Amino acid sequence: MYRISKEKLNDLYAKINETSGLYIPVKRAGEVNYAVWGEGKEVSLETLKTVKSPKSMFFPQTENMMKFKTDGKNIEVIDVREQFDERRPFVLFGVKACDYKAIEVLDKVFLGDPVDSYYKMRRETTTIVTLACSRPEESCFCKVFDVDATAPQGDVTTWLDAEYLYWQANTEKGEALTALVQELLEEGGETEVATQQAQTKAVIERLPFSNLDLSRFTPENLNALFNEKEWEEMSEACLGCGTCTFVCPTCQCFDIRDFKTNEGVIRYRCWDSCMYSDFTLMAHGNSRTTQMQRFRQRFMHKLVYYPSQYDGTYSCVGCGRCVNKCPQNLNIVKVIKTLGGKNND
Amino acid sequence: MIEETLIPKVGVITDVRKDTPDVKTFRVVGTDGKKLFQHMPGQCAMVSVPGVGECMFSITSSPTNEEYMEFSIKKCGCVTEVIHAMEVGQQITVRGPYGKNFPVEEDFKGKDLLFIAGGIGLAPLRSVINYVRHYRDHYGKVVIVYGARSKDDLVDIEEIQTEWMNEPNIEVYLTIDRPQEGWDGHVGFVPAYVKELGLDPNMTAVLCGPPIMIKFTLAGLLELGFEKSRVYTTLELRMKCGVGKCGRCNVGDKFVCKDGPVFRMTELDELPDEY
Amino acid sequence: MKEVEMKMLERAKALLESGEVARVVAWKKGDFCFDPSPAVFESVEELDTFVYDWFCGANLSKYLIQIAKKEGKTAVFLKPCDTYSFNQLVKEHRIDREKVYVIAVECLAKLDVEKMKAKGVSMIESVEVVDKDVHVKTAYGEETLYKPDVVLTKCETCNKTHQAKDEEIILHERPERDVNRFAEVEKLEAMTEDERFAFWRNQLSKCIRCNACRNVCPACSCVKCVFDNPASGISAKANDDQFEEQLFHIIRAFHVAGRCTDCGECSRVCPQNIPLHLLNRKFIKDIDGLYGEFQAGETTEGKTPLTSFTEGDVEPKDVFNGEAK
Repeated sequence: MYRISKEKLNDLYAKINETSGLYIPVKRAGEVNYAVWGEGKEVSLETLKTVKSPKSMFFPQTENMMKFKTDGKNIEVIDVREQFDERRPFVLFGVKACDYKAIEVLDKVFLGDPVDSYYKMRRETTTIVTLACSRPEESCFCKVFDVDATAPQGDVTTWLDAEYLYWQANTEKGEALTALVQELLEEGGETEVATQQAQTKAVIERLPFSNLDLSRFTPENLNALFNEKEWEEMSEACLGCGTCTFVCPTCQCFDIRDFKTNEGVIRYRCWDSCMYSDFTLMAHGNSRTTQMQRFRQRFMHKLVYYPSQYDGTYSCVGCGRCVNKCPQNLNIVKVIKTLGGKNND
Repeated sequence: MIEETLIPKVGVITDVRKDTPDVKTFRVVGTDGKKLFQHMPGQCAMVSVPGVGECMFSITSSPTNEEYMEFSIKKCGCVTEVIHAMEVGQQITVRGPYGKNFPVEEDFKGKDLLFIAGGIGLAPLRSVINYVRHYRDHYGKVVIVYGARSKDDLVDIEEIQTEWMNEPNIEVYLTIDRPQEGWDGHVGFVPAYVKELGLDPNMTAVLCGPPIMIKFTLAGLLELGFEKSRVYTTLELRMKCGVGKCGRCNVGDKFVCKDGPVFRMTELDELPDEY
Repeated sequence: MKEVEMKMLERAKALLESGEVARVVAWKKGDFCFDPSPAVFESVEELDTFVYDWFCGANLSKYLIQIAKKEGKTAVFLKPCDTYSFNQLVKEHRIDREKVYVIAVECLAKLDVEKMKAKGVSMIESVEVVDKDVHVKTAYGEETLYKPDVVLTKCETCNKTHQAKDEEIILHERPERDVNRFAEVEKLEAMTEDERFAFWRNQLSKCIRCNACRNVCPACSCVKCVFDNPASGISAKANDDQFEEQLFHIIRAFHVAGRCTDCGECSRVCPQNIPLHLLNRKFIKDIDGLYGEFQAGETTEGKTPLTSFTEGDVEPKDVFNGEAK
């Protein structure tokens, strides 16, 4: 294990930036989100939850997928993916354990057959440096999904205390990054990290949502859960906005649209939300006409459908962003408490 | 550069046939004049008009046709409206094939087959019916019940009357909703007709048509003694990617684009009622 | 607040029991002491989860567009600022006034838990407000915050009084305050164009296009928003920089100009804390300056400056040139 003094972190960022793009939590207009690092940017590793999760590094909110040139009756399809060839490798820095688990959830979707090349090309050229949590808060419930907030995975794992950032490489990519910044690192930190981990774990045990009962969310209960009458009441205050979806690190639904420009048509994809009324709208009808149905879809997908499709893995990682950000305080915890199992009382 | 399923191929329309007042059938090949890709009956493809949008359509032609693919498209939204205005020589984009096909090589083999379609519902069935006709000796008896609002709304009526109805080992029953001048065939809704015909419940049935028709026809078939496990249908929901990633056509733990569009009735029973 | 809550609960019970109303729109308890949600109560039993506390900042008036269409009468608790939105919706024929029973309740400014957390308070267990002191008990100990520092932005300069009521439950009148709600707007006006552009670009670049501001806005009551209409040609949900930063929010501000009551819900719900209300306030300030002081939602009738014409109206070119008085 290595460590680097907090005062030297800027040197570390600059060093990484010499060979790779660096995405890191940066404060802009009062809010902390992942952004490209540059001199003068206000990095905030201490921020527990960035507003948007790092998923946008691999699955951007908007991305151009291809272009079309039309000439009379003819169409030319232009692959715009060459941009990836010129792209620098990236280091994604400061990813929390829950957000790292979320990337694994997204991997199952985008790297599963047929591979999504847009996602894959970004994912493969990125080195992920995770950061352990030391001050989780009441909206955190990653423990419920077997995430250890004190020992996130990734290519490199780091821990932060008042004086140092501690550093441990886990993979080949991580070793390569370590070699690159070796001159800034010094050995040590095992004891400090172990102490911090023990303290944080004790806090996690005491978190109010750490022991949610998920036992009823199984494929066998799919229809029973779908037909619960509580959905009506749980969703009655839902505004039908996309806040929960867009701050969620695992929500991955998208739309594909065309945009006409003077130089032809750009086909792009963008994040979409099953909370929106036009999500399932077709020319001849809509399979979900009420907000209750849309609300139910989102939570059923995370807690029942996705696990049924992907070996029992839930598509919630307990980051608690929806708990903090829903304008009307609706969230997945309330759904879990209402429908998850009898030990939630 | 690795392959990307979302990037389509360019297709050329080589023939346009007006089937009904609102259904046209488009013949499509690649820019090299060859068939764009192979498929199996029941599978779909994403067809797009750049700048307008992309939609999922079932491939109407049989896989046994080596020269081209056909799509029977009903005018009902902005993309289909633009497609309907297209002429021979116009290029479009196509990607696919997507979805699960009818089990023609597995469960259908050696069985007596009943095809029931309503309106544009004939489109996905045309592919499987012509496939079965091509490999006629692999299958038993074939019965087709097809209905539409009026005689003008019967899709592919020419092929049905000149080819299917003239084959000795295919029974075709046509019906229209209301009496009409120039129609001396059966009049009445498909579900009622199916019951009237008193069909053999040991056949494997394939239903395709508007949800209301499927609902009542299925009830009729069950009354006649058909088993749900031998009744198939297709679903249609909003789709964007076609490969189970964009999340739109999700019903329960299935994606219609990937796990469908062909479903056994017993499979549908396990899905939540949201399609 | 506890006393007011008890009185409200009593009224809700009585109204439901007597059958005078079919339902009550209010707030229900969350998992913590700071996360209540709007809720519809249809029976006395359901009132078990009723709550009215320092965190009931949500404006309930927009919910009535749908809820009041139901069979029978609907009772609703409205804070002073909420009554303006309510009146405006009645004026625009979105809500049938006859079908709603309005109970005006005291507010005294609601708290913003995000601001409290930004002060370093976490693991909040209970909150008690005594005058300007917010006493917070947390898993880590006790702390006292200065209330004006941690109220919702929309409450900071609020001087609103009840404009609609069938009855009221008010134990403490909030005294009229000497506040200037346009102070922040004036700061923006004092900037150079470049500075102002940079300010908004910086703020609006955070937008994730979740539409929470639009969906919560009582003035955004169109059945189908133009931005959701694929046939409009400008339907968009993509977070395209240019569009987000320069158009969406500004178009929205134009659409609600003259009808926005300054309820501040847009800024309350924004997950990126973009001060969207400042766009609306700029319009309000300009309308005040160009046509005389006007407050949307004060009444349920009458013409508004932007929907009426008088010969003395300011000329558009003078507005454009900045010469209008």
